[in-house]
Amino acid sequence: MRYLDEYRDGDASRKLLDAIAAAATRPWTVMEVCGSQTHSFLKYGIDQMLPSEVTLIHGPGCPVCVTPAEIIDQAIALAERPDVTLVSYGDMLRVPGTAKDLLSVKAEGGDVRMVYSSLDALKLAREHPDRKVVFFAIGFETTAPANAMAVVVAEREGIDNFFMLTSHVLVPPALEAIASSPENRVQGFLAPGHVCTVTGYVDYERLAGKYRTPMVVSGFEPLDLLQATYMLVRQLEEGRCEVENQYARSVKREGNEQARALMESVFEVVDHGWRGIGVIPRSGLRLKGRYARFDAGRVFDIAATTPRQAESVCIAGLVLQGIRKPVDCPAFGIDCTPEHCLGAPMVSSEGACAAYYHYARQGAPR
Amino acid sequence: MTVFPECPLPLDEYPRVLLAHGGGGRLTQSLIERVLLPSFDNPYLAPLHDGALLEIGGQRLALSTDSYVVQPLFFPGGDIGRLAIFGTANDLAMCGARPLFLSCGLIIEEGFAMADLWRVVVSLKEAAKEAGVQIVTGDSKVVERGKGDGVFINTAGIGVVLAGADVGPQRVRPGDEIVLSGSLGRHGIAIMALREGLDLDVAIQSDSAPLFPMVEALAEDGIDLHMLRDPTRGGVSSALNEIAKKSGAGIVIEEERIAVGPGVQGVCEILGLDPLYVANEGNFLAFVPAGRGERAVDVLRRHACGKEAAVIGRAVAEHGGTVVMRTRIGGERIVDVMSGEQLPRIC
Repeated sequence: MRYLDEYRDGDASRKLLDAIAAAATRPWTVMEVCGSQTHSFLKYGIDQMLPSEVTLIHGPGCPVCVTPAEIIDQAIALAERPDVTLVSYGDMLRVPGTAKDLLSVKAEGGDVRMVYSSLDALKLAREHPDRKVVFFAIGFETTAPANAMAVVVAEREGIDNFFMLTSHVLVPPALEAIASSPENRVQGFLAPGHVCTVTGYVDYERLAGKYRTPMVVSGFEPLDLLQATYMLVRQLEEGRCEVENQYARSVKREGNEQARALMESVFEVVDHGWRGIGVIPRSGLRLKGRYARFDAGRVFDIAATTPRQAESVCIAGLVLQGIRKPVDCPAFGIDCTPEHCLGAPMVSSEGACAAYYHYARQGAPR
Repeated sequence: MTVFPECPLPLDEYPRVLLAHGGGGRLTQSLIERVLLPSFDNPYLAPLHDGALLEIGGQRLALSTDSYVVQPLFFPGGDIGRLAIFGTANDLAMCGARPLFLSCGLIIEEGFAMADLWRVVVSLKEAAKEAGVQIVTGDSKVVERGKGDGVFINTAGIGVVLAGADVGPQRVRPGDEIVLSGSLGRHGIAIMALREGLDLDVAIQSDSAPLFPMVEALAEDGIDLHMLRDPTRGGVSSALNEIAKKSGAGIVIEEERIAVGPGVQGVCEILGLDPLYVANEGNFLAFVPAGRGERAVDVLRRHACGKEAAVIGRAVAEHGGTVVMRTRIGGERIVDVMSGEQLPRIC
């Protein structure tokens, strides 16, 4: 199939692997920021094929994983209301809040629906004017423009039974938190290609300079990741700290200006909590005051409760910061599986623990 | 007084049934193994094959049943009627049996359009003819509006095991070659594309079809069929994992050899699905002795549904119980059982 097969070519992969091996003369630790990149690395077995000089650590780029439990609890509280239809991306349904997940609420009779797009949620609101339709809007800068669009359309069409519970997060502040941490081991970043498609990478250039850390904006197919890894290793070996763009077929330096403008017109930047990590300054988005009547967090009486901190061996926070690997967790694959997870990275399709569980449980530890 | 023993699925894990309990993945497995199997425990049920193998008066019979709740009822390449006939007939074929007689139970929702009911009945009739089976007994019930979803169908079937056939996971040996009779995911994606309203250039047709003719052709060619399985709910990954687990063998498959049509591949990419987990209704996996795989492929390719047949892998002595895939770029990874459900009510 065109646009896929050429990025999954075995011969080209082997050439790039050889090139990486030839370029790497010292050990380098690099982080792929996005969870989809983590999954590609493991799904194609690339992590095992890279030379031993290159150590991958997995980044926080799993929006489902970093959504705070208290916001999931709010979603659950909304889904339990008889007048509410709670609409969400599929991944979010299985992520545990403090006491349960949204799928359990659905089984108990709550009206919980899964969609692929915020505009589908809007459609539900249009078709069911008697229901309060709440869209659980999560994600990085990739999903924010489409979610912003849903609010703009709702306002334009006067759809007053549509609301959004938002937990939108931004990548650059998270990278800054990692790069500035005293525990940081990351020497170079594979930056998230789809986020940068929207935002461009001007912000990343500032971070690369400030923290003397090279970055390569990378795609998600095996050849994208191999080529980006090669470019990053070259930068590291040559002592350069630039932002290079491997994913040029999708990413421009300035990003998608229309999408950015839309995002900026609907959302404002706020401090935001990241599950397992804590509050990162100016790392989240919420609806601007003008759109407050669509903001489920403000319209409904669901004051944020402080979730009780259950005793847990789960190390999701450390995994999300790249400090530990999923297999370092004593619960991995034993008390924590996709069916009974202790932490969100085990259930999300972008979670690092899920990637290890599905693709790499067998054989030598990675 | 009746004493109810404690439910073996701890209620703190799942106080209520989730859709994923019916999805063909890990939760379905635990429902079967922890709740159903121990309750009805007997030697015919224990192998948990697609059907039970019974010997009555020296005659080896296969018995199987399945219920059909697909939504929508009509879809490109098939409908609930065809599924209900082929699904049960195929379960018998996967026991190495020639399907002969079927029962058919209809649970109809009040208000269901008579024209649609007639369409389903005609489809059942034509599918039965195509599969060479007769519907010899049946039942119909009507439930109140809102308590069903149009129509649900249950079929059960009896077939006669082919002379000399001995099909089961216990016969899988390291070295066995694994043949897949067609390309993956057409049924699941046909339904998914319809439900998601995806506007495709070419509608993806469900692969729904009777499999017995291909099984019979293999047997008549003298190929010793060690194991057969049609990868319906949960797809090829769940089928292979189950076989690996029950046989104790390891399984290795080659990504490059598994046929996936461009339409299915495209929809999978858009929706973030893996074709290995998507349901099929018209292809099957056959474990055949080492060196017989290519011959089996030749035989299958003579059939309309077997044009894309290929040897996709083999059973190995290493990593018993686990399925490993060589990726197209030369890496290796595990192929896990599906967690949760990828798409409810596809059959």
